[in-house]
Amino acid sequence: MRMLRVLLEKEFLQFLRDPFLPKMVIVFPMMVMLVFPWVTTMDVRHVGVSVVDNDRTEASRRIVQKIGASDYYTLHGISDDFGVSLRALETGDVDVIVEIPDGFEEALAEGSSKRVSISANGVNAMKGSLGMQYLLQTVSATIAELQRERGGEPPTVPVVVQNRYNPTLEYRYYMIPALMIMLLIMITGFLPALNIVSEKEKGTIEQINVTPVSQFHFTLAKLMLYWIVGFVVLTLAMLLGWIVYGLVPAGSFGAIYLAAMLFVLVMSGFGVVAANYSSTMMQAIFGMFFFVMIFILMSGLLTPVESMPEWAQRITFVLPPRYFIGIMRAVYLKGAVFTDLWRDYAALAGFAVLFNTWAVLSYRKQV
Amino acid sequence: MGGFLSFVKKETLHILRDSVTMLIALLMPVVQILLFGFAISTEVNNINVAVVVPHATEAVRKAVSRLEANPYFTFKGTLYGSQIDETLRSGRADAVVVFAADYDRRMAALAAGMPAEPPVQLIMDASNTNTATAGAGYLQSVLTEGMAGFSAPETHLLFNPQMKSAYNFVPGIMGLIFILICAILTSISIVREKETGTMEVLLVSPVRPIRIIFAKMIPYFALSCLNLASILLLARYVLEVPMSGSVGSIISVSLLYLVLALALGLFISTIANTQVTALLISAMLMLMPMIMLSGMVFPIENMPGILQAVSCIVPARWYIDAIRKLMIEGVPFADVLDDFLILVSMTVVLIGVALKKFNDRLE
Amino acid sequence: MNNPIISVKDLSKKFGDFTAVDRISFEVEKGEIFGFLGANGAGKTTAMRMLCGLSYPTSGSGTVAGFDVMREGERIKRRIGYMSQRFSLYDNLTVWENIRLYGGIYGLSRREILRRAVVVLNRLNFRSESRTLVGALPLGWKQKLAFSVATLHRPEVIFLDEPTGGVDPVTRRQFWELIYESAAGGTTVFVTTHYMDEAEYCSRVSIMVDGRIRALGKPAELKKQYAAQTMDEVFRTLARGAKRAE
Repeated sequence: MRMLRVLLEKEFLQFLRDPFLPKMVIVFPMMVMLVFPWVTTMDVRHVGVSVVDNDRTEASRRIVQKIGASDYYTLHGISDDFGVSLRALETGDVDVIVEIPDGFEEALAEGSSKRVSISANGVNAMKGSLGMQYLLQTVSATIAELQRERGGEPPTVPVVVQNRYNPTLEYRYYMIPALMIMLLIMITGFLPALNIVSEKEKGTIEQINVTPVSQFHFTLAKLMLYWIVGFVVLTLAMLLGWIVYGLVPAGSFGAIYLAAMLFVLVMSGFGVVAANYSSTMMQAIFGMFFFVMIFILMSGLLTPVESMPEWAQRITFVLPPRYFIGIMRAVYLKGAVFTDLWRDYAALAGFAVLFNTWAVLSYRKQV
Repeated sequence: MGGFLSFVKKETLHILRDSVTMLIALLMPVVQILLFGFAISTEVNNINVAVVVPHATEAVRKAVSRLEANPYFTFKGTLYGSQIDETLRSGRADAVVVFAADYDRRMAALAAGMPAEPPVQLIMDASNTNTATAGAGYLQSVLTEGMAGFSAPETHLLFNPQMKSAYNFVPGIMGLIFILICAILTSISIVREKETGTMEVLLVSPVRPIRIIFAKMIPYFALSCLNLASILLLARYVLEVPMSGSVGSIISVSLLYLVLALALGLFISTIANTQVTALLISAMLMLMPMIMLSGMVFPIENMPGILQAVSCIVPARWYIDAIRKLMIEGVPFADVLDDFLILVSMTVVLIGVALKKFNDRLE
Repeated sequence: MNNPIISVKDLSKKFGDFTAVDRISFEVEKGEIFGFLGANGAGKTTAMRMLCGLSYPTSGSGTVAGFDVMREGERIKRRIGYMSQRFSLYDNLTVWENIRLYGGIYGLSRREILRRAVVVLNRLNFRSESRTLVGALPLGWKQKLAFSVATLHRPEVIFLDEPTGGVDPVTRRQFWELIYESAAGGTTVFVTTHYMDEAEYCSRVSIMVDGRIRALGKPAELKKQYAAQTMDEVFRTLARGAKRAE
């Protein structure tokens, strides 16, 4: 116990005395939380639209005109061949195709149905699906208008949609928990790795190795420092999320901090493992960097795991952030409770045990 | 000149000797471009759907079986109304389709043109707004299919019309990997010499300081060229990126970008005194803005004006833009001239500032 | 010798094909100042690292303070002090913080650490510098401080790996006074150096060439044996045939 205390004292003093690190722990989360949520907005404009007008009547032209008048859309011409429009969609000029069937006006007059079809590019999910929703509204409103003009009743909506947990469809709320995780990955992963390798390069670690300090105590002291740093970072980020974006967790703080506690242990354990296998900064940083990029780009932080191919989805099962992101989003936005997510917690706990055992075992005092 | 060459040789040997770092620096881009090139995509192509069926009439059963049969939905079973919240919360389903108990009556009323309550309610997990919007649109379309007397538009999401997502991210990944690897390599190698004091020794040699710096950068440039070659080959033959534009243009823009990345590393090395600081700047502080502001994942046109302005100083933005146009759209070089010129001026400014700072330190 | 504190028999260390230390055998008596000499690359540091429990021997055996170097490295570490040629206190901790850290590591009570720190700082005339960051101290001061910290827990043996590298002659002289004082207090000193004038201060010396011990004895005996005036001459006679150079 006494050994751990003196080592902790050392780690904290060194951390606080660093000219750069304490500032970074404050400034980096602020930068990320104040700037990046604005990047991830879903306010889509200039959706490219191509209209396939098979009807060529006054009614069909009304739809075209409505689309052309809105500044949400950029009208990329009117054709009478779906193939032509599809090619425009493939080259990326067009995001959504609106096809008006032959006999549209006639059917309208009879009060029967000839349905307009709206096809969106699913690859660019943002523009495609949002564009589709906008167009659905525009086209439906125009049809209702046309029907009223012809003395008919506007159609009743057979399906109502209720958007639960995020009724205003604020994409930012979906991304903010992800940004918090990116912060934790960077800070609690990179910093311990750099710390240990720098002790190796300076030779101070050798001095520790000829003392009775055990691998366990030495590693634990470092982990505990970054554990606390992780909590500071997360708390700061959550405060900013509340103050700036009005986002407060729907679920309990306990559920979030428990997951964060496990996740920070996973990341710093991982950082220590990377450092133990490296003799230079360059090796440690490249090793960390390789995995951090995979963590950020593949675990569902920015793009959905479900849209990856099967083999890539299987890889994500061994990426610890995958489980943390699931927990954070569910607790933050949906108010999920521990029992809903115990599998994710168990996975994180498993990784924490694995990496930290590995961290202690891979540290060799005698070679 | 002889002094210069011997410095180049010394640096090259130094790099070759650290075989672990060499290996990582060469293999990492290869693995990443393959992994990310194939794996990352933003399309929504699977939605987990559960249903609530209080009264299973023939029509309801038909509607449910249409959902089950649709390849874009994964059917997650039937629930009681009281289980909806728990199912969505735990993430077992993204959407719950609730059929009204008197579905048949309401549908009949609608078909007859009479006013009626909506027979179907969709409850979406909107915490993921992407899945929610795409899913709602698609579910609506499937559920209203074949409904008599109903003239609302039908909607389709075209999934991957030409297998595009496989290489959608390739330009972005290139922009990210090159700059980070180059900046890390150069900044660390220079700062390391500062830390160990060998920089002092070099500076008292008769070779001019600027030459020493260039000598350090040449082997890293060569290493980066190897990376460029391997990535371009992989992109063309494994990821099957069309490379519609001229390969010469792609290579020249990329080489310019490599020089820019090395200059950035040089610049970082003049402001950082320890390897740790250099790494924190080049790996951590740069990684996130690069991912978020380069247009790689989030389109720049969607950002608020001030961030669009900020994104202009992110070199990767211009490189990714140019490479996207050249590789995928196949435009001639003239169309990426503005991107190219911006990259040139950034390079000039960075080298200028770095050298100025470097010389200031000497005086 | 009846009660050697260090006893080594046929100790070897190989790195792949390269034999850094080749079957060395010697014993060190309690309270001795044992000089472990050799040119750069002769294998001194490797041998010393094996004795300190930093490196496993490839073959052979040895005991330090009664514990086996192969199996009981961690127990050895409780009884020794070590100061390497690379300066190894924490630069960004103060003099007092470094003392407190290492004292705590060896399980000294806070009170005991404070008591010994006062003694050490007075001895070094460092009282006023206790709150100075170690990184800001001149090299010679750092070395003396490192030695004092390494002996703070009163180890049975103190291993010094080229402790006086790069310091001025006055400081070297002061450093050796510290070593003598320590030895007089009963601590065995095991020191590597390539300053041959320092070799004269040792009770006994061994000279390593190409991984093997070529000479072993009191400085006076060795000078007599090689018909030399100084240890420097003895060393040059032996090192002439060395194949390894740095």
